[in-house]
Amino acid sequence: MLSAEIKRKIDREITKYPPDQKQSAVMSALAFAQDEHGWLSTEVMDAVARYLDMPPVAVYEVATFYTMYNLKPQGRFKVAVCTNLPCALSGATAAAEHLKHRLGIGFNETSADGCVTLKEGECMGACGDAPVLIVNDRRMLGFMSEARLDELVDELRDAAQRGEGRRGSGDRS
Amino acid sequence: MNAPGEFLDYGPDAVLMAGLTGTNWRLADYVARGGYDALKKILAEKIPPEQIIAEMKKSALRGRGGAGFPTGLKWSFMPKNFVGDKFVVCNSDEGEPGTFKDRDLLRYNPHAVIEGMTIGAYAMGANRGYNYIHGEIWETYLRCEEAIDEAYAAGLLGANVLGSDFAFHLYNHHGFGAYICGEETALLESLEGKKGQPRFKPPFPASFGVYGKPTTINNTETFAAVPWIIRNGGEAFLNLGKPNNGGTKLFSVSGDVERPGNYEVKLGTPFATLLEMAGGMRGGRKLKACIPGGSSMPVLPGDVMMATDMDYDSIAKAGSMLGSGAVIIMDETRCMVKSLLRLSYFYYEESCGQCTPCREGTGWLWRMVDRIEHGQGRVDDLDTLNSVADNIAGRTICALGDAAALPVKSFIKHFRDEFQYHIDHKRCLVAPYV
Repeated sequence: MLSAEIKRKIDREITKYPPDQKQSAVMSALAFAQDEHGWLSTEVMDAVARYLDMPPVAVYEVATFYTMYNLKPQGRFKVAVCTNLPCALSGATAAAEHLKHRLGIGFNETSADGCVTLKEGECMGACGDAPVLIVNDRRMLGFMSEARLDELVDELRDAAQRGEGRRGSGDRS
Repeated sequence: MNAPGEFLDYGPDAVLMAGLTGTNWRLADYVARGGYDALKKILAEKIPPEQIIAEMKKSALRGRGGAGFPTGLKWSFMPKNFVGDKFVVCNSDEGEPGTFKDRDLLRYNPHAVIEGMTIGAYAMGANRGYNYIHGEIWETYLRCEEAIDEAYAAGLLGANVLGSDFAFHLYNHHGFGAYICGEETALLESLEGKKGQPRFKPPFPASFGVYGKPTTINNTETFAAVPWIIRNGGEAFLNLGKPNNGGTKLFSVSGDVERPGNYEVKLGTPFATLLEMAGGMRGGRKLKACIPGGSSMPVLPGDVMMATDMDYDSIAKAGSMLGSGAVIIMDETRCMVKSLLRLSYFYYEESCGQCTPCREGTGWLWRMVDRIEHGQGRVDDLDTLNSVADNIAGRTICALGDAAALPVKSFIKHFRDEFQYHIDHKRCLVAPYV
C-alpha cells in the first residue's frame, strides 16, 4: 500500500524524532499517503500502522481527529474555502457561493465530472489574503476574486482532463 | 496562477520585520541584517544562561501567542539540573481566526525564529527543538525546512553549534488541521503522534512536556524577538513599548479595512494609528465593533476601541485582551448576530470533545445563535446563552471553553439590542451582508 517514494519520505520524518518515538511521524506519514491515494482507506491506515509499529486504532484516532485527512474518496482536487468571520468580512462567503454555482455542488460534495470536492475550511491563518482557499492540502491561494476563481476552476478541469491531481473518486472502478 | 502583489510594508516602527522584501529570507540575507550576531556573541563570550534569562525578564517580552505570559519568567521554570533531553518547542500552529502574523514571520524571516529558538535552548539547557507548523501552510513549512537545512549546513545547528560544545537539534513538524493544537499541551500530544487533546495541568510542560521531558513552548513571534533583545539589550526592547508591555508587536488587521495585513507597531500605539496604517475603514464606513485579540477575545464597541491603546494592559482595561494581536474590524453594515453565529460554529467544530461542558456547550451555543439569526429565537434565549457560556468557562481542561464563551458573552453585552431585535421582529436590525 505504501510506495517506495512514500516510505522514503516517512523515513526522513522518522529521523526528526528520538529513536523510540517513531509514532511522531504518523501525521506526516498519513499526509504523504493521502497525497498518493487521494484518501485514507482502512487498508492505507493499517499499512501506516505496520510501518510505524503502531496499533491500527492509534492511527485511526489521528486520522479521524485532524480535519485535513480525507476519510472518503474525493475528487481529483479538494478545494477548501475558509468562511470564518475575518474571511467572511472580506468576501469569502460570496467566493464560496460562486464556486458552488460554477461547480454545481454544495460543501462536502464532488462535481459530477469527479474533478473537484468542495470543503468549508476553518481558519487557515491567512485572513489578510481573504478570500483564501487550499487545493489538495498543499497549495494556498489568496485574494480569490470571481475572476481568479473562474481561472482556477478552468485550470483544475484542464488538469483533471490530463489525468493530473490526486487519484479521485471518479477513477475508482 | 500568480498571487497578486504582496504587501510588505509593516510600518515605520517595524523591528522584527524591518527590511523584509519577501525574497530576502535566506541565511545570507539574514546574516547581512545582523542575524546570528546574538548567538555568535553568546557562544564566543560564553555568556551564562542565567544572564540571558535576566535580560529576557528585563525586556518585559510577553508571550505573543495569546496568553501574554512573561517569557523570561517562563524560561526560568525549566529545571536546571535535569539529566537527559530537554526541549524547546515553537508554537507556529496559528489558527486563531484573525491571526496571520506567524506565517509572515516564517516565510519572510524564518532564521529569526531559528536563532531565537537556539538562544532559548542555550538559556534553558535544551538540546532538541521542534517548530510545530500549522497544517494549512505547507508552502511555508517547506521554506522552514529549507531554512533549517541552511542553518545545519552553516554549523548554526547540530552537535557543535558554531564549533562550541553546545548541541541543539531543531526540526519542523507539520500539523494537519486542528485548531486545538495551538493549545500547548494539545500541541505536545500531537507532536507525539496522537490526537491533539489537551492535558491536565499540573504537571506543567516545564517538568513534564513532550515525551515526558522538560519542555518550554513559546509562540513564533516570541522566539523571533529574542535575537533583537540579545543584540540590543532587554532595556532597549522594553523602551520600544511601555512598562510591563515591552517591545513592538505584530498586529494582523482583518475585516472591513482598506488594506488588511500585518502591521508592526510599538506596544502602546493608539488603535486609531493602527487603523490608519491599515488604510482606514473600507469605503469610509463607520467602525461598529472590533475584536482586538483574535476571535476568542471579547468584542468591543467601536468608540471604546478608538479610545484605546494597543498594549496588553490598555486593552485589558478596555474590557478585552490583546491575545494574539488579531484585530478584526467590523463596520456599521455588519450584523452582530450573524458574526457571532460564524464564530460559535467555529468553536463547536473545533472543540476536541474531551470535556463535557465544551463538547456539549459549544453545540448548544451555536444552535441557539443559529435559531436567533434565522428568526426562531425565543424570549429567554439571551439569558440561556449567558448561562450556558458561564457554565462552560472555567470548567474545562483547556482555554477553548473560555474562548467559546467570551465572544458570546461580550457580543450580547455590547449589542444586546441587536439580538433582542432579531428575537422580537424575526429579522435583522441592519442590512443583510456576507
